[in-house]
Amino acid sequence: MEPGEFLAVLGPNGSGKSSLLKALLGMQPLSAGTVEIAGGRPGGANRKIGYIPQQRAIDEALTLRGVDLVGLGLDGHRWGSGVFGMAARRRRVAEVIESVGGTRYAKQPVGRLSGGEQQRLRVAQALVGDPEVLLCDEPLLSLDLAHQRGISELIDGRRREAGTAVLFVTHEINPVLRYVDRVLYLVNGQFRIGKPDEVMNTETLSELYGAQVEVLKVGGQIHIAGAQSALCEDEPHHHEAATGS
Amino acid sequence: MFDFGKTWDLISGLEGVQTGLLAAAILGLVAGIIGPLIVMRRMSFAVHGTSELAFTGGAGALLLGIGVEYGALAGAVVAALLLGILGARDADRDSVIGVILSFGLGMGVLMLSFYKGRSGNKFGILTGQILTIDSTNLSLFVIASIVVLAVLAMIYRPLLFASVDRNVAVARGVPVGFLTVVFALLVGVSTALSVKVVGSLLVVALMVTPAAAAARVTASPWKATVLSVVFAEVAALGGIVLSLAPGLPVSAFVTAISFLIYVVCRVVAWARDRRTRVAELGPGLVSVAAG
Repeated sequence: MEPGEFLAVLGPNGSGKSSLLKALLGMQPLSAGTVEIAGGRPGGANRKIGYIPQQRAIDEALTLRGVDLVGLGLDGHRWGSGVFGMAARRRRVAEVIESVGGTRYAKQPVGRLSGGEQQRLRVAQALVGDPEVLLCDEPLLSLDLAHQRGISELIDGRRREAGTAVLFVTHEINPVLRYVDRVLYLVNGQFRIGKPDEVMNTETLSELYGAQVEVLKVGGQIHIAGAQSALCEDEPHHHEAATGS
Repeated sequence: MFDFGKTWDLISGLEGVQTGLLAAAILGLVAGIIGPLIVMRRMSFAVHGTSELAFTGGAGALLLGIGVEYGALAGAVVAALLLGILGARDADRDSVIGVILSFGLGMGVLMLSFYKGRSGNKFGILTGQILTIDSTNLSLFVIASIVVLAVLAMIYRPLLFASVDRNVAVARGVPVGFLTVVFALLVGVSTALSVKVVGSLLVVALMVTPAAAAARVTASPWKATVLSVVFAEVAALGGIVLSLAPGLPVSAFVTAISFLIYVVCRVVAWARDRRTRVAELGPGLVSVAAG
C-alpha cells in the first residue's frame, strides 16, 4: 500500500478479513509469507497504527467520557498514571475532538451517546496518535446513512491531509465507493486486488466465487447478486485453490 | 446512641484504637483507588469470591497455628489468580466464581470445626478484627499497601485502557493478558488487607460499594477515583469511630455507612437525570408540570 491510499477489503463472513487485520496487528502468526506495516514488524509498530473498531454497545454506567476515550488513544498504551502533562494532553484531545465535530458531547458518558456519536469519537481516538496507517474494522456497521457518510468523510479527509494509508474492512462498499483507490476482495482464501472497476465486475467475481454472480451498477452504486448462495459451499476444489494461491 | 465523650476517651486512651484508625485510613486509600477499576472490569463478584477464599486461607492458618493474615493473604492471592485466569471469558466467569467460592467456604467451615481455640478468632475472620492489629501487623499492612499503590501507579493508564476499551487496547499493543494477571494479584492483596478490617463476608462494602456509588454521580475516571477514596475513608474511619462507644462490631457500621453513601449517590443521580430531562423538554412543559 502507498501512503494516502484508500484500500477497501471486502468479502463474505469467514473469508479472512479479520484474520488479515489480526495479522497486521501482530496478533496472529502467519503460516507463510511476511508482513510489513508502517515500516516494521507487525506488533512492533502498533503505536503508528490507528484502529477504528465496529460500533458496539457500551454500558451506560461505565465511568468513561468521550474525552477519556480519545485520551486513551493518545497515550493509553504508555506505562504510568498519566498525572503529569495533563494540560497538554487535554489541549491535544480537545483539538482532535473539535476536528471530528464531537465537542458538544465529548464530556458525556460514552455509553449514553448514539452509535454515530460514538464512532466519531472512535475516529478521533484513532487519529489523535497521528497514525501512519489506519485500520478500520467495519466502522460503519449499524450506523444510519448520514453518519456513514460523516464517518467516511472524516477518514477520507485524514488520508488526504496527512497521507495516512487507510485499510478499510467492510462488507458494504457503497458508502465508501467514491473514496476507494483499490479493492481487495477475499473469498475462501483466494483474492483479487485492483481498482474498483477491475475487481467489482461480473467476470472477476464469478471466477473468485467459483459460481455465477452478477455485478450490477445502479446510480453509482455496486450491487452483487447471487454471491450469497456461493457462501455456504465448502467444496474440495475451493480448498485446493486456496492452498495453491 | 452516640456518646461523644466516651468515644473520644477510647480514641485518645487506647493505642489499639489509634493503630486501627491508621490501618483503616490506609485501607480506605487502597480500596478507594482500586475500586473503580474493579467496577469497570465487572469484578465485584470476583472480589467477593476472592474474599471467601481469604476466609478459607485464614481458617487453615488458624488451624495450623500461623498468623491468620498470612493464610488470608495466601488464600486471596491464589483465588484472585484462579478467578482471573480461569474466568477470563465473560460467559463462564459467574459460574466459575460461584463454584470456587462455595467449595472454599465449605472447606473453611470444616477447618474451623477442627479448631479448638478461642471462638472470637473464628468469628473475627468472617467479620473483621481491626482493633486487634498490633505494631508488627501494622508494618506488614503498610508495606503491602505501599506495594499495591506503587504497582497501580505504574500500570494505571494501560490498565484503564484495557479495562474500558479492550479491543482497541489490544490493537494498540497494550499487554492485556499480563495486566489481567497483575491486577488479579493486586486485588488478592487488597482483599486480604480488607479481610482484616471488615472480615471476609463484607469486603465488598469497602472495595466495591464506594466505587459503585462514585460511578453513579460522575463519568470521569479521575473524579470517580477521588470520590471513591473519600467514600471509602468515610466508611472505614466513620465505622470504627461510631462503633467504639456502643461496643458493637466495626463491620456493621462500615457496611451501613458505605450502603448509605451508595443510596444517596443513586438518589442524587436520579434527581439530576430527571432535571436534565425536564430541561431538554423545554420551559413550556416545565410550567405545565409545575402548574
